[in-house]
Amino acid sequence: MGLLKFYPWVMVEVVRAFNNSMQPALEIKGINKSYGSFKALTDIDLKVEQGEFFALLGPNGAGKTTLISILAGLCVADSGGAFVMGNNVVEEYQKSRLNLGVVPQELVYDPFFTVREMLSIQSGYFGCRKNHHWIEELTDKLGLTSKMDENMRTLSGGMKRRVLVAQALVHKPPVIILDEPTAGVDVELRKSLWEFMKHLNSQGHTIVLTTHYLEEAEVLCERVGMLKDGRLAALDTTRNLLKRFSGIRLSLRTNGKVLPYVLQKHLVESDVDDEWVFRLSDYSEVESILAELRLAKHAVFSLDLREADLEDVFFSVIKDK
Amino acid sequence: MTGFYTLLYKELLRFWRVVFQTVAAPILTALLYLLIFSHVLMDRVTVYSEVSYTEFLIPGLAMMSLLQNAFANSSSSIIQSKVTGNIVFLLLAPLSNFQFFLAYLLASVIRGVSVGLGVVLASSVFLVISIFNPLWILGFAFLGAGILACLGLIAGIWAEKFDQVAVFQNFIIMPMTFLSGVFYSIHSLPQFWQEISRINPFFYMIDGFRYGFFGESDVSPMISLVVVSLVFLFLSFVTFNIIKSGYKLRN
Repeated sequence: MGLLKFYPWVMVEVVRAFNNSMQPALEIKGINKSYGSFKALTDIDLKVEQGEFFALLGPNGAGKTTLISILAGLCVADSGGAFVMGNNVVEEYQKSRLNLGVVPQELVYDPFFTVREMLSIQSGYFGCRKNHHWIEELTDKLGLTSKMDENMRTLSGGMKRRVLVAQALVHKPPVIILDEPTAGVDVELRKSLWEFMKHLNSQGHTIVLTTHYLEEAEVLCERVGMLKDGRLAALDTTRNLLKRFSGIRLSLRTNGKVLPYVLQKHLVESDVDDEWVFRLSDYSEVESILAELRLAKHAVFSLDLREADLEDVFFSVIKDK
Repeated sequence: MTGFYTLLYKELLRFWRVVFQTVAAPILTALLYLLIFSHVLMDRVTVYSEVSYTEFLIPGLAMMSLLQNAFANSSSSIIQSKVTGNIVFLLLAPLSNFQFFLAYLLASVIRGVSVGLGVVLASSVFLVISIFNPLWILGFAFLGAGILACLGLIAGIWAEKFDQVAVFQNFIIMPMTFLSGVFYSIHSLPQFWQEISRINPFFYMIDGFRYGFFGESDVSPMISLVVVSLVFLFLSFVTFNIIKSGYKLRN
């Protein structure tokens, strides 16, 4: 009888928990944002499912940070809606922020406090009081343990970046957004940071990252969205994108100045002076290209052959659309 | 409520870390004013028949310091956070707009009242200070500090650089404070300036505050209480709505 009294309440909680588990981690519906006459985002629709490791890529000024800011409640969209774990970022801003951890791009800190105080204050903002074990684990994984009682002013750039990551994670958010977290940090930290992110992702956290290191995105992320001029220019799994833009990339340097006409169709724009870059569909085409070059009396100085990667996909998308 | 308490604690810790600058220095400045003005004017100015000019000065100076420091606390905290960018930590947190407003307000009130109390206590070392009714003193102290805390928040949110906060402080707050009867009774002014003083809310804060010490004032303390309370409520409403709108914070 006692249990029956609580039955409706229990059912509501069960339904709510079920709904939460079914919600996408992030959902963006028809978002538009302008700064004066500059259109920063145009009709963005995007969904990131729970547990995904998602990369948001794009050149500088493409709108990545604006999109992240809208999700984090740091700015408001002109139209459309954004949701974090099913919570509207404007109408249910407290719930949505509770579910989100953001590592901002800028190296910001409060010069009045030590690392320990910063983490304790940030925990308090999110209503976490007894999270000492988690903070210990966090600071240990991020190599901050020896710096806990140092003032933020005295830390190096890399250490400040680690503190930013720790601050974003103090409340164990189900969704974590990292806005260029590896900008200006050394290789060791980059590696340890990605290992930690992979660990968090394996524990069910959804991770969204923006980065200029495309090889990282290729290795880590299952899905990629590419922004260009405020529009979503590509959105697919990393595998599909690589397949779509698949091919073999052949880079050559020769003593010739003019490329034989028959090879022009294979040529893609080169980003290095005096280098010709070809896209081939099969390795067998290499010999025919070399044969044409020999026929045209070109001597090959250097040759590089590799499979297309996310960087090639990125440049194709940015160039084509 | 943990978020609110944390923000309040952080704001208190922020000014406590530099207590010599935020509390001790304004108390010393007020004492220097007291020393110089009372020395120069004590035999020349009589405001209330039973009260010496030095005694008359103390509540005015205490209230002036209280108001200026309540303003300085919220305005400097917000503008520093905006300029250094660390306000992002607060904006990402799930604090309600009201918690945000209340924490900044209370921290500024606490600093303002601490400085005001410090001025009164430090002055009492040199002079016996009479207290007519402490409730009036406390009421006007908290309401006055609340008003200036709101103005500080508005200035800090509106400003984009330190210079703009200084303009707000030096061209609005400072003149209104000095022209509100800190150093004199408005009855000593020509009729025109008396009328001007009556539209200055700072006058009612100081006059009501002083009533708590001497039981004498330029206008009825009830009128002062109503004016100061209405100004506080109006500014609280405006400040809360500015925070809620995200003006210059979430853009």
